[in-house]
Amino acid sequence: MTTSLSFQANTFRAGPDESGHFGKYGGRFVAETLMPLVLAVEKAYAAARTDPSFQRELDSYLEHYVGRPSPLYFAPRLTENLGGAKIYLKRDELNHTGAHKINHCMGQILLAKRMGKTRIIAETGAGQHGVATATVAALFNLPCTVYMGELDIERQKPNVFRMRLLGAEVKPVRSGSKSLKDAMNEALRDWVAHVDDTFYIIGTVGGPHPYPMMVRDFQAVIGREVRQQLHKAEGRLPDSLVACVGGGSNAMGLFYEFLDEPSVQMHAVEAAGLGVDTGKHAAALTGGSAGVLHGMRSYFLQDADGQIQEAHSISAGLDYPGVGPEHAWLKDAGRVTYTSATDEEALEAFQWCSKLEGIIPALEPAHALAAVRRLAPTLPKDHLMVVNVCGRGDKDIFTVAERLGVKL
Amino acid sequence: MTAACFSSRLAARFAALKAEGRAGFVTFLTAGDPDAATSAAILAGFPKAGADLIELGMPFSDPMADGPAIQAANGRALKRGMTIKGVLDLVRGFRTQETTTPLILMGYYNPIYVHGGAAFVKAAKAAGVDGLIVVDLPPEEDAELREPAEASGLDLIRLVAPTTDAVRLPRVLQDASGFLYYVAVTGITGSQSALPATVRRGVKALKAKTDLPVAVGFGISEPEQVEALGSMAEGVVVGSALIRRLVANLDPHGRPTPSLVPDVLDLVTTLSAPLRQGYSQSR
Repeated sequence: MTTSLSFQANTFRAGPDESGHFGKYGGRFVAETLMPLVLAVEKAYAAARTDPSFQRELDSYLEHYVGRPSPLYFAPRLTENLGGAKIYLKRDELNHTGAHKINHCMGQILLAKRMGKTRIIAETGAGQHGVATATVAALFNLPCTVYMGELDIERQKPNVFRMRLLGAEVKPVRSGSKSLKDAMNEALRDWVAHVDDTFYIIGTVGGPHPYPMMVRDFQAVIGREVRQQLHKAEGRLPDSLVACVGGGSNAMGLFYEFLDEPSVQMHAVEAAGLGVDTGKHAAALTGGSAGVLHGMRSYFLQDADGQIQEAHSISAGLDYPGVGPEHAWLKDAGRVTYTSATDEEALEAFQWCSKLEGIIPALEPAHALAAVRRLAPTLPKDHLMVVNVCGRGDKDIFTVAERLGVKL
Repeated sequence: MTAACFSSRLAARFAALKAEGRAGFVTFLTAGDPDAATSAAILAGFPKAGADLIELGMPFSDPMADGPAIQAANGRALKRGMTIKGVLDLVRGFRTQETTTPLILMGYYNPIYVHGGAAFVKAAKAAGVDGLIVVDLPPEEDAELREPAEASGLDLIRLVAPTTDAVRLPRVLQDASGFLYYVAVTGITGSQSALPATVRRGVKALKAKTDLPVAVGFGISEPEQVEALGSMAEGVVVGSALIRRLVANLDPHGRPTPSLVPDVLDLVTTLSAPLRQGYSQSR
């Protein structure tokens, strides 16, 4: 008998079931060579998860090395400019390495150490996850190889250099669309060839079970902090949460704490690229369908024959044709509203936030901010809206300058 | 008459090989590489050239378990418009000439899932397919395809890897049918060379627990390896080496030259010879 937890009515926080499924999504769709390893990670994480000393060690690094808690900042000028909801920014771009990715990298490398692994691999799109992985690998003195699409290497040069400074080897991936999905294929190929010594630090709430759950758990600190911080500031829960979604790690991190609070609305914003109806986008939930890739069943951009299509987004971090399985399940369950923002809208929001609030967001959360610009004006002034600024924009200045016709 | 005693072409072929006292030679080809017509010609020539079993790869955009040779083959096939329907058309065409050589489709789960597992296995069986190998569908997830496949009379072939330990092996063998595919290297296809001594240990452990035939694949490209592995298993699979030979016969624009089909079939004959020589010598 397989266990089939019912996700109906009572809770949205019980998933995944024992075999790693969120409803029909998730699972462990990997080659047999990897299966024993995936099961070993699952077992090790299950033990770590209930071990107070593991959590204490993680918390200590999060506080002293990462710089948590990140501030929850009331953004008066954005609020005034939109004239509606009261906008709070969760400042995860202030973490060490400049994005939320370090949260799950710290958790995963502590698990890798616990498992006695001596080599780290990762995939990266924008480079933020690669930088965060290279950072923790340097901290724990483990050799690290990061797979990165050739196209992404081109558009994220500062992060490539950063990873190399941190001692990581950045391996260009030239197969397929030369971006994030191909980097993940290549990391999986590396893993299958180095099962004995290597730990794969996955950069999103995706991949085979237990990764979607594990990465979510490590990111859930974001939502836990928001609950406390907003309680202190306003004495109550937020009315709405807004986050961007590529694979969906920062959104799951913000949402998870509040999934069972019916009064909290959640908006997840996918990258619409040139527009969802143009076919040139990265909005797997808005414009894709159910499929199986990278170890999980979820939503993917694909053709009628099940061939995965290339994603398009100005933001390398959202340029992935799939999404984490828990998001697929939350979409079908209707708990989270999935929407999208185009390249153009993200660019405008990028500049808008920079000029009004003095915060240069990454292009990824600029998509979330674009949705805020649409949503906030329609809402009353006592509506509390929390946006996750999951990364800072320094890495994107070259891309933005080029799009604005500025030569640097 | 003999074949009628067996439930399938696969069982009949393994029984015949057993009677001959030799392992079967299993060839791999990506459907539609470099184009459908060339694939059809290679397929048609396989049995005579020395293939006892055929694995036909269903091209996929993201072949995660494959090395560069088969990745590129997938890319060429998709670029020339190969589809799942096109793969089944190739099988149908092959079956008009050849009715005894088993043909297994090998691929990734997504295209099958998107077409609907039940509908796909029905169409595959009708086209003349005998079994399926779905690389990224481990036993824990395969019930949704295995059950309709069994109902349609198709074997869902399970993979056993060097990493499959004694604790896990019973899980893999439970509900296994057709034969078992032993992955000879801990890695991707065509990447490193299978070491007969290491493989022997794994195959031996496997054979102690199952009566199903075992085919060994991944990292096999030399006649010596074929010979050594043929002495311990019921089948030896060669894939990337055939694809590299195919690629050597493409013109600079990626189109097949006239030497392509005979050259690939020659390699099949060369690589399968040790299995047959072993047979003739032992007689």
